[in-house]
Amino acid sequence: MSFFGFGQSADIDIVLSDAETRKKAEHKSEDGRKDKYFLFYDGETVSGKVNVTLKYPGKRLEHNGVKIEFIGQIELYYDRGNHHEFVSLVKDLARPGELTQSQTFDFEFTHVEKPYESYTGQNVKLRYFLRATVSRRMNDISKELDIVVHTLSTYPELNSSIKMEVGIEDCLHIEFEYNKSKYHLKDVIVGKIYFLLVRIKIKHMEIDIIKRETTGTGPNVYHENDTIAKYEIMDGAPVRGESIPIRLFLAGYEMTPTMRDINKKFSVRYYLNLVLIDEEERRYFKQQEITLWRKGDIVRKSMSHQAAIASQRFEGSSNPERSKSQHAEDEDTS
Amino acid sequence: MAADAIADTRRLFTKPQNLNDAYGPPSNFLEIDVSNPETVGVGRGRYTTYEVRLKTNLPIFKLKESCVRRRYSDFEWLRAELERESKVVVPPLPGKALFRQLPFRGDDGIFDDSFIEERRQGLEQFLNKVAGHPLAQNERCLHMFLQDESVDKNYTPSKVRQA
Repeated sequence: MSFFGFGQSADIDIVLSDAETRKKAEHKSEDGRKDKYFLFYDGETVSGKVNVTLKYPGKRLEHNGVKIEFIGQIELYYDRGNHHEFVSLVKDLARPGELTQSQTFDFEFTHVEKPYESYTGQNVKLRYFLRATVSRRMNDISKELDIVVHTLSTYPELNSSIKMEVGIEDCLHIEFEYNKSKYHLKDVIVGKIYFLLVRIKIKHMEIDIIKRETTGTGPNVYHENDTIAKYEIMDGAPVRGESIPIRLFLAGYEMTPTMRDINKKFSVRYYLNLVLIDEEERRYFKQQEITLWRKGDIVRKSMSHQAAIASQRFEGSSNPERSKSQHAEDEDTS
Repeated sequence: MAADAIADTRRLFTKPQNLNDAYGPPSNFLEIDVSNPETVGVGRGRYTTYEVRLKTNLPIFKLKESCVRRRYSDFEWLRAELERESKVVVPPLPGKALFRQLPFRGDDGIFDDSFIEERRQGLEQFLNKVAGHPLAQNERCLHMFLQDESVDKNYTPSKVRQA
């Protein structure tokens, strides 16, 4: 029998089975702080133990069941009450009863589908987490453990360059070219700006990377633009026939892969903005979307077999046979 | 998966530049000067005019060199026309200085040398900003102001294309 104020309570602790070996990834939280979380890929198994430690040893803890959930959800900041769960798995660990002493429960969610990458943005958050709950009549005791999911891709089969002639009639004609339309997060943008006609007095030229986060649907669509990078590529006045090279290393900037219409709730897209500024501070610009994708690291022996399979799930050409033999090669060289 | 570790960052192929283009006169030559203020008239009918001299190689201007005289109210007219006819955000003119036109001032009011110099500079800045604007260059009023003998306030607004 528990009396008001002297009731038994418990602390819950979730420990992953591969906590020693699993890699962690940095992820920025809503308030801007960077924390490290265990990194998972699509298809990997999530397993571990739930430790329920009684606060007052010797006293019983009556409960309505102990369970653990694996949840993937999208939270729109303007609509905090409604969480959109796109992955929801549950395992019952104990039927309603009582705990007479601290106890540990094993759990395993096998080959969990994690279709989207974890994302914390200006108006929306997509997160994955484990939640262990000891249900009680009056108030549940629960504990959450956040994880981070990365979605991997490989070199796309089709990756055409972007080449276009733009301008203002009789004033400014340029031809811009970027070597690819799809770049991975550690890639380099190689390009050039070729001047065909220059009748204005240009002072300098820069290329900006703009991240656009789109939330909402229909008439309530909201775009949040954020300039991730500003990179000056030319200082001075160009003339006809001049070519200005572009070499922009993406690894130095904090970016995510392009996310299109995630669960029909939000998108995160990236644009290159070429800006020319004249002597009277007038700005002439041309925006062009690029697709960003995340490249998987080289498959190493120490990675779990699940992760090896998971990193093979990508768009474009893949040869599971080749990767398996590489895996075998790593073992042989040891 | 290991093969493509280092990205190819070599420059893209570019056509070599024509030497005439590289060393010849640039296609964006446009110089406007506002100078030589002159006060004309007598008594209360006096006003100051300024010389507006233009030199250019832009094809949109009919004359490659021109020189006209304009007074402050002509600049006001131009500003109003551009605001109405074009989508340009027109920069401000130097002040109207109505207070200088009041009587019993210790100085020469609107004919004071330092005031005229300040105004001259402001007018020059204004014209340089405006005349280089690709959209303003399409307005008939700008060309009339810069290159016609006199400003015809009864003109018909229209767009100017390549001369």
